[in-house]
Amino acid sequence: MTNGQRNSAISSLWKRIDITRRPYLPAIAVSLLLFALNGFLQPKTLRPVSIFADISTYLPLILLAVGQTYVVLASDIDLSVGSSISLVNVVTVSVMAGLGGGSGAILAGILVGLLVGMGCGAVNGFCVAVLRFQPIVATFASGIVFAGLALWILPQAGLAAPDAYWETYGENLAGIPFVIWVLAGLALIVVWVAKLVFLRSLLAVGGNMQSAYQSGLPVPRLRIGAFMICGLFAAISALCLTGDTASGDPLLGAKMTLGSVAAVVLGGTALSGGRGSPVGSIFGAVILGLIGSVVFFAGVPFEYQNLVQGLIVLAALAGGVTVARR
Amino acid sequence: MTGASSAESKTPARSKFDLKALLRLPMVVPCLLIVLMLGLGEAVSPGFASPGQIVKLLTIAALLGIVAAGQNLVILGGREGIDLSVGAIISFGAVIAGNIMQGNNAMILPAILGAAGAGLGIGILNGIGVTILRIPPLVMTLGMLGVVQGALVAMTRGVPSGNAAPALAEFITQPVLQGIPGILFVWVAVGVFMAWLLTRTALGYRIYAIGTNERAAALTGVSIWRNRIALFGFSGFFAGLTSVFVLGYTGNSFIGVGEQYMLPSIIAVVLGGTPLSGGQGSYTGTMAGAFLLVVLQSILTTLQMEEFGRQIVYGITLMVLMLFYGRQRRLRV
Repeated sequence: MTNGQRNSAISSLWKRIDITRRPYLPAIAVSLLLFALNGFLQPKTLRPVSIFADISTYLPLILLAVGQTYVVLASDIDLSVGSSISLVNVVTVSVMAGLGGGSGAILAGILVGLLVGMGCGAVNGFCVAVLRFQPIVATFASGIVFAGLALWILPQAGLAAPDAYWETYGENLAGIPFVIWVLAGLALIVVWVAKLVFLRSLLAVGGNMQSAYQSGLPVPRLRIGAFMICGLFAAISALCLTGDTASGDPLLGAKMTLGSVAAVVLGGTALSGGRGSPVGSIFGAVILGLIGSVVFFAGVPFEYQNLVQGLIVLAALAGGVTVARR
Repeated sequence: MTGASSAESKTPARSKFDLKALLRLPMVVPCLLIVLMLGLGEAVSPGFASPGQIVKLLTIAALLGIVAAGQNLVILGGREGIDLSVGAIISFGAVIAGNIMQGNNAMILPAILGAAGAGLGIGILNGIGVTILRIPPLVMTLGMLGVVQGALVAMTRGVPSGNAAPALAEFITQPVLQGIPGILFVWVAVGVFMAWLLTRTALGYRIYAIGTNERAAALTGVSIWRNRIALFGFSGFFAGLTSVFVLGYTGNSFIGVGEQYMLPSIIAVVLGGTPLSGGQGSYTGTMAGAFLLVVLQSILTTLQMEEFGRQIVYGITLMVLMLFYGRQRRLRV
């Protein structure tokens, strides 16, 4: 093989793994690396049991980050997702408890929870796309309202979810842990949405809103749609968290908002919109979780763990941005 | 009819009372709302708008207003400028200042220097990340937020330590002159400094220039990266300065004392008439915005609403306020 041939072979291989078109590839590579590092530091983490445990720990943030991605792709941002989670959690648990906790009550609770999540998204979308509020400020304000509503419905943490609900969530279904089914469902949805015209239109809106509008795209409707999907994913995330905690807590999601934004950026999606993919965000959320795990197993002294974790996340965010810029 | 309309078009629009143009002035809406809310508060609970009470509200607003000064500069500089790390810097600075002071009046100045210096350093790091590494401000300051929180845990091992010197606490909460606490003089000084910086110095003009059109500013020879690093440095510095006053106000530091300032500092700027897109606005508006936020929160407390009601009304009021200003451009041109 001559030099030229080899070069062209390499460049064609490089083209095939072109990260411009697949901005999620570095995130996948980094999470595999961190996973291997984790296994090297503590071989027990490679056992299926602990992998399943990890997945169920990361799943709520994964779901939230995927939802956030659709909003970010349209160059908006949703800072109310944490409060939406809290609201969905208390509504779902209250409905389940109020209807007696049977299987019908559980289904009703899930359904109402999903609707509440989409409602939160619709409110955000309306404020941003129709009333033309600035997304950061508008979703911060709506987040305060959602958090207030959550406190109204359930002033104190502790209302228990029906046993059947969290037992089903923690058990196996057809021999496979329930969380894996959720993850598989998520993967299917992401792949399905990626093939829709909706996603392309969203990317167009995020790339250049004015051009998208002038070429006839229904910009407000698309942005509201993105916010509603985000609310829906926040609701699913809340349902998973409820399966973990088995109770209602009006402050459940308060700390998750900024994590979802970080996961989106780590996944190679540009905050300015128009470039990126929900696939990246899945791995962005995994990276965030694995960094904490690696820092723990690397034997960093307890009081320095947060600092080291913060520094690594900052470095990773910088890396994620560099990838998104290509 | 035609005569009437042509006569109307001849009269200059200025002579007509133009409510819309008046409402568009940055200071008018917040000031009107402040007066309205003070009146409402007085009606609900007599004494709400008494001078002593207003001074108390202004004291709380001063803390928010001084952080918002730095936030205002970063936002004015445009390019999605925003500083999410100010809350963490306040928490961090309060612990530094508390540990330098240890309740000793003689150590107040070193404590201020320590906290403000730390804030300045963190701000400059933010600026370097944003300019040289070209990381969007939201991402950079979000990452920095995590780092500073981590540093705080490393420094304190999770146990807050240090406390304010008596003279500092007195300066913040007790009247110094004519019933007015010292912190308000500091806030006025910050206001004068900001007005001077933004309207009388070359740096001020450059801030508006890069905030309006960064490319055009660069082509006229303005160093973008140097000015933007300065903006983030200012933001960190003001947050560090605020941390000392917050410490004086609360007496001793606790983990996460600054978190409550992160997003309100941005809201104060927006309510003060500076859009998040940058390039226009003033700090006087931001001062009014900060006071407005504090009056709003106070009135909800006075109404003896429960926590949830306060939050719901607060959030909805913020949204209604946003109808007046800070909206995005229309798509239809």
